[in-house]
Parts: sequence; structure tokens; C-alpha cells
Amino acid sequence: MIIEKLILVIVIFAVSILAALYSTLLERKAAAWFQDRIGPNRTGFFSLLQPLADGVKMFIKEDGIPLNTDKWLFIIGPGIAMFTSLITSTVIPWGPDLEIFGSKVALQIAEFDMGILFIMGVLSISVYGIMIGAWASNNKYSLYGAIRASSQMISYELAMGLIAITIIMMTGSLSLRAIVESQHGMNWNIFYQPIGFVVFFICALAETNRAPFDLAECESELIGGYHTEYGSMKLGFYLFAEYVNMFISAAIISILFLGGYNFPGMDSFSGNILAIMCLGAFFTKIVLIIFIFMWIRWTIPRFRYDQLMHLGWKKLIPIALINLMITGIIIAFTKGWFN
Amino acid sequence: MQSLSNRSKVVSNKPMTFLERMYLPVIFGGMWITFKHLFKKNVTLQYPEEQKVFAPVYRGQHVLKRDEQGRENCTACGLCAVACPAEAITMIAGERKKGDEDKYREEKYAEVYEINMLRCIFCGLCEEACPKEAIFLTDRIVPSQYEREDFIMGKDTLVEDMNNRIDISLRQMTGKRGEK
Repeated sequence: MIIEKLILVIVIFAVSILAALYSTLLERKAAAWFQDRIGPNRTGFFSLLQPLADGVKMFIKEDGIPLNTDKWLFIIGPGIAMFTSLITSTVIPWGPDLEIFGSKVALQIAEFDMGILFIMGVLSISVYGIMIGAWASNNKYSLYGAIRASSQMISYELAMGLIAITIIMMTGSLSLRAIVESQHGMNWNIFYQPIGFVVFFICALAETNRAPFDLAECESELIGGYHTEYGSMKLGFYLFAEYVNMFISAAIISILFLGGYNFPGMDSFSGNILAIMCLGAFFTKIVLIIFIFMWIRWTIPRFRYDQLMHLGWKKLIPIALINLMITGIIIAFTKGWFN
Repeated sequence: MQSLSNRSKVVSNKPMTFLERMYLPVIFGGMWITFKHLFKKNVTLQYPEEQKVFAPVYRGQHVLKRDEQGRENCTACGLCAVACPAEAITMIAGERKKGDEDKYREEKYAEVYEINMLRCIFCGLCEEACPKEAIFLTDRIVPSQYEREDFIMGKDTLVEDMNNRIDISLRQMTGKRGEK
């Protein structure tokens, strides 16, 4: 049992790292396509070895620690960022049970009853990676970047949480697997909560510090933001953590709104074939959402800081609250509480 | 005042409408524009494999021409060096020895002829100054080097190879020379 879980842990970590690796490639390719360019095409077929080349380049770079920095925090910072972004993948249900040699293998590392709460909790911890790294580098630009990143994450977490609560109310469970299972077939939450989906999507963009909300690292104002002083693989960890975050948030969006591993017409399959097709469906959704993330990045210019806060506090949170209230009233009516 | 191009817009500071404040319609419009760019033709030129065709007036690396019998045209008169605004050209003249008649066309020739490609501004004045049609600028790009000294090109690179002659007929057709 433990060995089975260990193998699953390693596989899922490898998969999320691999997905993040190739989303860096997809990012570069997508950027090129949107700008009428070709993009990287010198490393193997479709430049599939490009992430490897990037990684080797990152490792070869000089790994300097500037003077007047808090050395230990400086080293721990990227580690925390990476750790928090990887750990969320433990509670995500990747598909229905597989049957291998007669024993059932759940495609989920930890089947929490409160998976969604765990994810929200880890999301709030992920601020620390950025904040500690920036604080330790003793650089005003880094600190500005980190302050922006943390305040932005805290403000958008609220609206995100409120939308998550609406989904929890509809499902009646905090478990991610229960949420997925309630959207069986084509019964996806996006059809019941379109506004919630849009708000959650915007919040996910802000949580992953991606454009148009990438104020934490806006080059024109803050040089590189919180990772200004970093080099070599420590910088790689920060950049990489962002891509892992993107992968995980795409997974969460598809779990909460797009039915996770459900796909229309799934009842005509069963057993291992169903499990594998479900995995395929889930990954297709994730890749599509990641592509939309990139599409948005190469379309919309960065928000101004006051616009960002205005959008978060004065628009998204009221919308999320009203959405929550209306959902609550409808649930109350359908459950017959007023009769 | 009426604008000449008819394209100017009057800037107004009126508050945004509800749709504009929602951002979303504009964002979807923008995303549609970028989506259309996915299917547009790439503008990239894959450099080492594909190369741009140069215009006939392009002025690149110099060549010192030989005539039909393979004799060097240059007589080391120094007019190109005088014409050169960047002072990139230097030369040392020498007298033709007996038996070298098939190497040099006239009695005087350039023993050393050097162009500093880092000084050169590729204006083409040397070409215009030359009375013997000996120096031309070609459509070749000066190759990059690791050392500054390697950019000082001597006769070994500048004088054309008889087996691999460089076509300068397009250069002869352009500019003032074409009018003659």
C-alpha cells in the first residue's frame, strides 16, 4: 500500500514537472505563433529537447549569492516556492480507479475529505516563497515585487475562496473527488456557474502571477521583481514554480468547473479503458486551459496597480458574494427549506 | 481645425460605459485579434538556410578584381585610400619584376593592400575613385571574427580567386557608373 502510494507520488511529481517543462516550451512556441514568428526550432523534432537545453543552461550559469543577503533565507526561498507549488498536486484526483493485477489503484495520492481547503491553504503559503526570497535578497526592487505579489495574492484569494464556497455548496462536499464525481458526463459546473467560472479564472491568473496580473515581475518598473538577485537554478526554481503553479491551477479550474476527468459519453466505457480515457480527457482540458493562459498573456497588457486592487476588491469580491447569495437562495428553494 | 489625414480622433474624458467598465468584451475582442494571428504567415527568415536576396545597390565586403587573363587590376595609385572617409585603406606599392607580367597588369602593383573592416563604413567611395576598376563592393557579408586584428583584411582575402570569380556586373550597372 505504501509502496503503491510512493510510486504514485513519484509518477505524479514527475508528470507535473514534465508538464511544467513542456509548458515553458509551449509558452515560447505560443508567443511566437501569436507574434507571427516560428519560435524555437533548433533542438530536435518540434524542438522537443528545448526544455532540456534550457535546464542545462540554467545549471551551467554562475550561482552567486550577493553580499549583505540573509544567506539561508536566500537559499530556502526558491525551495519553498517550488515545494508549495508541487505539494498541491497530491490531492488532485487524476482519474477513476485503475485496476492493476486485480488490485484497485486510486489515481489520487491523498484522498482528503477537505481537498479544496488544503489547496486554498497551500496557495496562501506559497506567498512565503516569494516574500522570503525577496526579503533575503536585500534589494528594494525585489521587495517591491514581493509586496505587490503578496498583496495581490491575498486580495484575489478572497474572491477565489468565495467562488470555491459556491461550488462546495452546490456539491455539498469539500472533497475534490466528490466535486468531480458530481459533474458526471457533461453535467459540468460551468453551465450552472458561468459568472463564477469567469471570476475564478481571473483570480487564478492573479494567483499564479501571470499576465495581465504579473505586476510582481514587471520588467519596466521593477527590473525582474522578486527574483532580481537570483541566478542559475535558484532563478530556475522560481520561474519553474510559476509554471508548476499554472499546471496545478489549470487542473483545479478543470476540476471545479469543467468536470475534471469527466467527458460526455463516458458511460459506454468501463474499467481500465475508462480510466485511461478519463486521464486523457483531464490532460486535454489542462493543456487547453494552459494555452488560454498563454493566449491571454500575449494579448492583454499589464494592469496598473490601482486598477488591479480596484478590480479585486471592488468588483470581483462583490460579484462573488452576490453569486454566492443567489446560489444559496436557489439551493434553499430547490431543497425545499421554505416549504 | 480640420485634420489633413482625417484619421485623428478627438480625445474625450467621458466616463466609461458599463460595458467598457466590464473589460471583458474588449478583452475578447483583443483575444480574437491575437487568435487571427495564429494563422498568419510567419515573417521569420531561417537565416543560415534561407538568405535574403540583396538589392543590386547593396555594399558589402570588398573584392580586388583581376582581368580576363588573371592579372590584378590594382596599380596601387592610392586614390581609394585618399577617397576613403574612414581611412580604412592602406597600401604599399611595389615595382613589377621581370616575369611577373602575367600576375600584375601594369608596372606598379600593390605589395600590401589592407582594408580595416571595422573602420570601413561601406560608403563605396573607393569603388567610385578607382580608375582601374580594381576594387568593388560585393553582396557578401563581412564574416564575424573573435579578434579585432582578424578584421584587417589583406590581399589574401580581398583579391578574387581565378577559379571562383566574383560577379560584380550588377554593381557596374548601378549608380553613376550605369549612366555612363
